[in-house]
Amino acid sequence: MKYQPVIGLEVHVQLLTDTKIFCGCSTTFGSEPNSQTCPVCLGLPGALPVLNGTVVEYAIKAGLSTNCTITPRSIFARKNYFYPDLPKGYQISQFEDPICQNGWLDITLAGQEPKRIGITRIHMEEDAGKLVHGDSGMGDGSGVDLNRACTPLLEVVSEPDLRSSDEAVAYLKQLHQIVTWLGICDGNMEEGSFRCDANVSVMPVGSKTLGTRAEIKNVNSFKFVKQAIEYEILRQIDLIEDGGTVVQETRLFDPNSGKTRSMRSKEEAHDYRYFPDPDLVPLVISDQWVERSRSELPELPGQRQQRFMTDLGLLPYDAEVLTASRALSDYFEAGVAVHDNAKAVANWVMGEITRALNDSGTSIDACPVPPERLAELLKLIDNGTISGKIAKTVFDEMWKSGKAPLTIVEEQGLVQVSDSGAIEGIIDEILAANAGQVEEYRSGKEKVFGFFVGQVMKASKGKANPALVNELLVSRLKG
Amino acid sequence: MNIFDMTIHELHGALKGKQLSSLEATTALLKRIESVEPQIGSFITVTAEQALAAARSADQRIARGEGTPLTGIPLALKDIFLTEGVRTTCGSRILSNFIPPYSAASWEKLRDQGAVLLGKLNQDEFAMGSSNESSAYGITRNPWDTSRIPGGSSGGSAAAVAAGQAIATLGTDTGGSIRQPASHCGCVGLKPTYGRVSRYGVIAYASSLDQVGPLTRDVADCALMLEAVAGYDPKDSTSVDTPVPDYSAALTGGVKGLRIGLPKEYFIDGLDPDVQKAMTAAIDTFRRLGAEFVDISLPHTDYAVATYYLIATAEASSNLARYDGVRFGHRAQADNLLDMYTKSRSEGFGTEVKRRIMLGTYALSSGYYDAYYVKAQKVRTLIMNDFISAFTGVDVMLTPVAPTPAFKIGEKINDPLQMYLSDIFTIPVNLAGTCAMSLPAGFSAEGLPIGLQLIGKPFGEETILRAGYAFEQATEWHTRKATL
Repeated sequence: MKYQPVIGLEVHVQLLTDTKIFCGCSTTFGSEPNSQTCPVCLGLPGALPVLNGTVVEYAIKAGLSTNCTITPRSIFARKNYFYPDLPKGYQISQFEDPICQNGWLDITLAGQEPKRIGITRIHMEEDAGKLVHGDSGMGDGSGVDLNRACTPLLEVVSEPDLRSSDEAVAYLKQLHQIVTWLGICDGNMEEGSFRCDANVSVMPVGSKTLGTRAEIKNVNSFKFVKQAIEYEILRQIDLIEDGGTVVQETRLFDPNSGKTRSMRSKEEAHDYRYFPDPDLVPLVISDQWVERSRSELPELPGQRQQRFMTDLGLLPYDAEVLTASRALSDYFEAGVAVHDNAKAVANWVMGEITRALNDSGTSIDACPVPPERLAELLKLIDNGTISGKIAKTVFDEMWKSGKAPLTIVEEQGLVQVSDSGAIEGIIDEILAANAGQVEEYRSGKEKVFGFFVGQVMKASKGKANPALVNELLVSRLKG
Repeated sequence: MNIFDMTIHELHGALKGKQLSSLEATTALLKRIESVEPQIGSFITVTAEQALAAARSADQRIARGEGTPLTGIPLALKDIFLTEGVRTTCGSRILSNFIPPYSAASWEKLRDQGAVLLGKLNQDEFAMGSSNESSAYGITRNPWDTSRIPGGSSGGSAAAVAAGQAIATLGTDTGGSIRQPASHCGCVGLKPTYGRVSRYGVIAYASSLDQVGPLTRDVADCALMLEAVAGYDPKDSTSVDTPVPDYSAALTGGVKGLRIGLPKEYFIDGLDPDVQKAMTAAIDTFRRLGAEFVDISLPHTDYAVATYYLIATAEASSNLARYDGVRFGHRAQADNLLDMYTKSRSEGFGTEVKRRIMLGTYALSSGYYDAYYVKAQKVRTLIMNDFISAFTGVDVMLTPVAPTPAFKIGEKINDPLQMYLSDIFTIPVNLAGTCAMSLPAGFSAEGLPIGLQLIGKPFGEETILRAGYAFEQATEWHTRKATL
C-alpha cells in the first residue's frame, strides 16, 4: 500500500526584545545563573505580570507577514503544570483568542508550483527557566537557573498541510527567513532561538481520514527536521504494515542516532487546565494599531525578490540568493544605488563578496568592503579604467586594506592600457618571439590564439585592455 | 483616654501638637499587645524593634514639620502583605520561613508616609476562611467575647483594631474578608472597588476578586487610610488609572436626598433577629437624616456563593501552584521530585486550603471546565448586571454584613458549607467588583457587635464614606470599646 504523510509544525520563535515579556529584567544570556531575575520572573508570592508592549508589536509584525488576521481582543491564559523550571507552576500563554489567526505562507519546491501552507495561529508566551545538573557546581544535586524564565516567545502553529519532509523544511526555512528579516528573532537554531516540534502521521493514499499523529520534540536544525520526519514516516508505515497501530504520543528526536523514541503517551499527557489569566487584562488591538504596524513593515523577502526580477532584471535564482537575508539584500541594493548595473553588482555580491565572507567567516554586516566601495570598483571596470581581471586584484587589496578602489589602482599603476600603439608594440614583440606558433595559427590552428592573448596580457602585467588586445591580435595575425 | 484606643486623626493631632511622640504611642501599643495578646492572638509576628526605630524616625520627621496624617501612626498588616525583611506567612506553614525580598505596594505607600509597623496579623490560611480558625499560627479570639471567632479571613486585622493592639490595620477582601470581621469586631472596614488599590506584593488568593482595604475605628480613619493606599500602580495591570479623590473632604455633606436601595434578597427569613433589629434601626436613622429608601432586587443573589466557590477556588488552585518547595517556603525531605512536591504541599497546606485547591483543580479540569468555570463566569456577569441595573435607581445599597453576629469558636469549622454561608451578603460585591463598607450599627442581646454594609457604585467610595460618616455622627456604636 502507498502512504501519504501528513505533517504540521509548531515553531517557537524567541523574540529579540531587550527585556522579558512580563517584567523589566534583561534577556541577556550567559550571565551568572539567576542574575537576570526579579520577583516577577522568580514567581515570588505577590508578584504580578505586566505585558511588554514590544512583544505585542513583534507578534503583530509576524502575523501580518504571514497573512494572519490580528485578533482585536486577545486573551492571556495560564497553562498549569508542575516542573522545577516553571516558577509559578503555570506558564502564561494564550489559548483561546491568540493574537494572530488564519494565516498562510506559499512555499515552492524546485520544479513545482507554489503550494499554500495554512498557519492556524500565532500566540505569545513566556519561556521557562533551565535546570542545571551535576557538574555545574551543584555536586550531585540539580539547580534551577531562571535567567531564561519569562523570555518572550511566539508559537507559530501550522495547519497539517505539509506532505513531505522537503515541504516541511521549505516552510520552516521561509518562516525562519521572515522572522529574521523582520529583526524580531536572531534565528539561531543551535541556541534554541528558533525551535520546532513536528506532528507527523501517515494515511493510505486517497484516504480522507487522518492517521494518528506523533508529536516529535527537539528537532533543532533544518537537517534534523528532515531526518526526524523521514524516520518517523518510515517508522509509522513499518508499524502499520506489520499489523500494528500508531499511538498518539510525544516522541523525542535523538540527533545522534537519527531516530525518535517515545517520551510520554497520551494517557500520561498533562491536563493543563487552561483558563484566562486574571492578572492580565484582555489585550485590545485597534484597527489603527494594525494599520500602523502594517505601514511600518519592511518590504518582505518575497516582495523584494519579485522586484529584483521585474525592476532590476535579475534571474529568479539570483533574486532568490540575494534575498536570502535582509542584510545581504540591503547590501546588494546599496551597491546598485551607487552603480546602476544590477547584473554586475549581483555577480560580484554572489561571487567575490560571498566567497571572501565565507573564507574569512565574516558576516555581511561586518563586510570590510562597504557596498558603495564595491560599486566604485565596478564603475572602474565598466568605464574601462581597469579590466575585470585587475579588478579582482584590486578587490583583494580593498578587503585587506580598506582603501578606495581608485586609490589602489593609482598607487599600484593598474590603469588599463587602451593605447593601440603601445599594445601593438607588445604584440609585435610577442609575434616575433613566437614565430612557430604564428605559423601554426596561420595554417588553421586557431586554438593558439588564446596563447597569444595570454602572452600579451602577461607582458602588459594584466593592464592591457583585453577587448583591444583581441581586436589588434586578429588584425595582425590575419594581416 | 488610652493612647492605644485613639483614632488615627486623634493621634495625629496629638503628635502634631507635641502632646505625644510616636515613640510614646508606639511603646503604649507594644505594651498593650504584650498584655492582651495571650487572650486574643491577633499577631503572627510582632516587630517591636523595627517599630521603635520607625517611631523615632517619625518623630524626627514630625519635628522637621514634614509629618503627614499617617506619620508616626502605629499600624499593623495582615500577614498576606509582603514586608521586606520581615517574615510573611500568609497564615500558612508552607511560608513559615519566608522572608520576602520586597514589600507590597500598599505597605510601601504607608511606610513612605512614616507609618510605624507593629507587626504582622493573624489570618485564615491564604485568606481562605471566615473565622481565622484555618491559620497555622493558632486561632484569633473576638475581643468582645473570647469564646467567639473574630471573623475572617482578616480576623487578626479586625481583632487588633478592636483590642487596642493597633490604631488601624490593612486587610484583604476576596469574598468579605475585611467586612465580615469588621462587623464581628465592631470596627469600620472598607473593600474598595476592584482596581482601586494595587495588589502588587499581596499574596494572591483569587486574583480577580482580591482587593486591599483598611480596618479602622471610625469612618474618618477609613477615608485617611484609603486615600493613602489607593491609586494606579503600573506594576499591577488590573489597577485602574483614575485619580484618587480627597476622601476625607468627601465625608461631610450628609445624606439628605440620598437614595438608598434595600435589596430584598438580603433581608431573608433566616436573618438573626438582632441583626434584623439593627438594620431596621439603621434604616430609621438614615431616614431621619433625610435619606430616601427604595426597594430593589438583585435577582441572581442566590447563585453568588456557588459562583464564588468555583471562580475563587479555580484561581486559587493556580495561584498556589508556586508553593512547591523548590525556591522558597517549606520543603519536605524526599527521594525524588514528585515526592518532594507531594510531601511539601501535603505538609505545608492546611485542610481548608487543600479543599479549595481540589475544588478549583476540578472546576478547571478538562471535561468539567465548561460546566463549572465557564458557567460560573457567565453567572458572574449576570450578578454584575444585577448591580449595574439596580444602581440606575439608587446611589448606595444598605444590607447586613453577615447573617449572624460572631459565632462560637469551633461551631462551623467542621461544616464548610455553613462556614461558606457566613459570607452570603459580602460575596456578591466581590463578584460585581464594586466597593462596600462595613460599619458598627448595634449590638446583639449578648453584647456582640453587628455591622451594617453600605454598597457603592464602582469607584463610588466617596458616597459610601459620606453616608457612613453621617450615620456614625448620628449614632454612638463606634465609640464602644471591648473590655479586656
